[in-house]
Amino acid sequence: MSTPSAEHPGHPAALLHHFDTAEQQKDASTLGMWLFLITEIMFFGGMFTAYVAGRFRFHEAFKEASNTLDVTLGAINTTVLICSSLTMALAVHAAQVGKKKQIVWFLLATILLGCTFLGVKVVEYHDKFVHHHVPGLHFHFPGPNARNAEMFFSIYFGMTGLHALHMVVGVGLLAVLAVRAGKGWFTPDYYTPVEMTGLYWHFVDIVWIFLFPLLYLLGAHFAITGH
Amino acid sequence: MSNHIVSTRIYFAVFAALIVFTWVTVAVARIDLGLYFNTVAALAIAVTKALLVVLYFMHVRYSTKLTKFVVAGGFLWLVIMIGLVMADYYTRAWIG
Amino acid sequence: MITAREEKLNYLTADYGVKSWLLTVDHKRIALLYLATITLFFFLGGAFAVLIRLELLTPAGDLVQSQTYNKLFTMHGVIMVFFFLIPAVPAVLGNFLVPLMIGARDLAFPRLNLASWYIFVIGGTLSILAAILGGVDTGWTFYTPYSSTYSNTYVMITAVGIFITGFASILTGLNFIVTIHRMRAPGLTWFRMPLFIWANYAASLIMVLGTPVVAVTILLVGVERAFGLCIFNPNCGGDPVLFQHLFWFYSHPAVYIMILPTMGVISELVAACTRKQIFGYKLVAMASVAIAVLGFLVWGHHLFVSGQSVYAGLVFSFLSYAVGIPSAVKVFNWTATLYKGANTYQTPMLYAFGFIGLFTIGGLTGLMLAATGLDVHVHDTYFVVAHFHYIMVGGAIMGYLGGMHFWWPKMTGRMYPELPAKLSALVIFVGFNLTFFPQFLLGYLGMPRRYHAYPEEFQVLNVMSTAGASVLAFGYALPMFYFVWSLRYGQRVGNNPWGAKGLEWLTSSPPPTHNFDVTPIVTEPAYAYAAEEGAEIVHT
Repeated sequence: MSTPSAEHPGHPAALLHHFDTAEQQKDASTLGMWLFLITEIMFFGGMFTAYVAGRFRFHEAFKEASNTLDVTLGAINTTVLICSSLTMALAVHAAQVGKKKQIVWFLLATILLGCTFLGVKVVEYHDKFVHHHVPGLHFHFPGPNARNAEMFFSIYFGMTGLHALHMVVGVGLLAVLAVRAGKGWFTPDYYTPVEMTGLYWHFVDIVWIFLFPLLYLLGAHFAITGH
Repeated sequence: MSNHIVSTRIYFAVFAALIVFTWVTVAVARIDLGLYFNTVAALAIAVTKALLVVLYFMHVRYSTKLTKFVVAGGFLWLVIMIGLVMADYYTRAWIG
Repeated sequence: MITAREEKLNYLTADYGVKSWLLTVDHKRIALLYLATITLFFFLGGAFAVLIRLELLTPAGDLVQSQTYNKLFTMHGVIMVFFFLIPAVPAVLGNFLVPLMIGARDLAFPRLNLASWYIFVIGGTLSILAAILGGVDTGWTFYTPYSSTYSNTYVMITAVGIFITGFASILTGLNFIVTIHRMRAPGLTWFRMPLFIWANYAASLIMVLGTPVVAVTILLVGVERAFGLCIFNPNCGGDPVLFQHLFWFYSHPAVYIMILPTMGVISELVAACTRKQIFGYKLVAMASVAIAVLGFLVWGHHLFVSGQSVYAGLVFSFLSYAVGIPSAVKVFNWTATLYKGANTYQTPMLYAFGFIGLFTIGGLTGLMLAATGLDVHVHDTYFVVAHFHYIMVGGAIMGYLGGMHFWWPKMTGRMYPELPAKLSALVIFVGFNLTFFPQFLLGYLGMPRRYHAYPEEFQVLNVMSTAGASVLAFGYALPMFYFVWSLRYGQRVGNNPWGAKGLEWLTSSPPPTHNFDVTPIVTEPAYAYAAEEGAEIVHT
């Protein structure tokens, strides 16, 4: 990302030497960021493919395993992430209209919500350890589909783990942004880093939007109706 | 990319829709619609939510054609990957 | 006058010292960093190849144990594919030329470009470390469950190395796409771009869309191996074929990462040496994109005998034939360009001729392998080995060396010596065919790949192959010497020693750090040779 160069701390809006105009520079950053997000889609895509293939072949086992997940916690986390996406969008908006204090507050709110999500995730992971639902030597699952359920949990940990890792990176980026926003770096003429981090954050939100129904809800009606 | 400023009212409206869809997806999942329709419903809602985020929160609706093309291309490639892999799994049982 | 020219600072003389190289953000210097690194990897991978060929000189497994042999071909494949062929043309020639050819001062993200080299070096170091510690024996394809469960070699370190290196490739591709979209000189419309740019653009699409998939696949193998997760493991219902799907989703298009930019090089060479516009320029440009797109739809032809559904096999077979169309378009259009051209036969053109011939053989045998019926018989035999070496070595490396000779005066300001260069092109061509053509026959006769011993009736062809390999090694060593020699003793050249078209020839050799003193304005299509000669006639 063509974030402001460290060589020009006083002029964060500095135009890098190889660009002709600030607009060209911003266009390049936007396109670059979107291409990066495409690579992220494909990166998660490999795991989604593994999920689809596994679910196609072992539907029963995936259903049973899915029903051990806590839908309430999942739904709460979905809501938390959507809220964080809103505060992120509002942070970008504040940067666009030049409300420098608001940028900081919205970024801090986003960080707080992100940490909340990760906190809930820790609770859920802990729950898995307690119930021996972590794949590996100590894995235990009742019924005849135990081995296939282990595959579900492998994919569950793979996908949510990778997602959580992206959240951690995102929180780190937001923290850097918040400090810089506090120093008044971002103006309506120059807020590319806020916007780019926003794109990243929304992308991580989208991944969760798919993970939630695919992992938590795929057999929910069986849990209720019991067949 | 234009410096289009999206009104905060739109952000709040999208936010409200996303929350509503989250509850709808949970509610629908608890109704037995049969093997396929539960999945279809869950995915349809997820795609709608993702589209809302992409179009409004990520400003793609107000972006250049190139950005739209890149986004669409990314999702298309995901579909190609999953589609062709599943073409294998789906047809494996056809010949014993 | 002469002193004035010598005093003008270029990208090589603008700054001195190790630090000025290791911290440079100049795309031209980064290209040279890549050049040094991949040359090292090339000779390392070559050393493994030498050992393989020596072992195969005799039918008995006498030089190395089978376990060692497994490690040799694995390390040869890993290093050649991930650390030489994939970065060869894009990261060296592409890095150097993409901004120059489109009239830009640098790539869009110069610091990302430098970061990509460091990522590459870290990944490469890990892979070498794995080799030093004892190597890895899974084959460069890391098929599960052997790689994830059973192999006792250094799979993890190699996997981490390749995972990391993938990001170098992603960053290069991303940088190229943004640069080509956003930084073209005024007047340089899409259909005025040199075909090298089109080809690199297409290859960059593959790097961006494909590399993440192999990264996540290797990651899954890693977690399966390290933490006992069950993704591909048959013990919990996992499907090794799923691994092959995900692996080849990237690794088949990866072949096009190697060959597409090389095709771009060939287009440049053919245009410059015939002094003609490339026949069917637009078709050749679109063929690059078509190869990139279709190349993503054919990976299943690696799985014909792996347990993939026969119906999927049919579809993949058909699509594999389809990718032959744009490839053939290119070959036909190059040969059509040669027709009635003002052809010259300097070294780059010799390499280009070599490329066209060898690539055609590699491509046609590829079509044979795309036929499921034949593939069942020659799958995992030397026929396949010969086929992909015709593409990757006969194609990609010939083109890479042709490009290196063509742009060497631009990179260094000095010309390589013509006679040894011509000799090297010839030796490489002969040595290559002697090495790999017998392998087609071996494969067709039924010799399987990846074994260190073989029945005696295969010895004659194997001896031919090994003899060819030593000729080939001599051919590859030659340029090392005369390129280095020319740095000091080569004849100095002006801006445009070939009289070629293209923005890179407008600036001085070597170019200044910011490439152009004045941003060029493009008013004509690429390779407008005829237009120029016509104008001269009017003036005289």
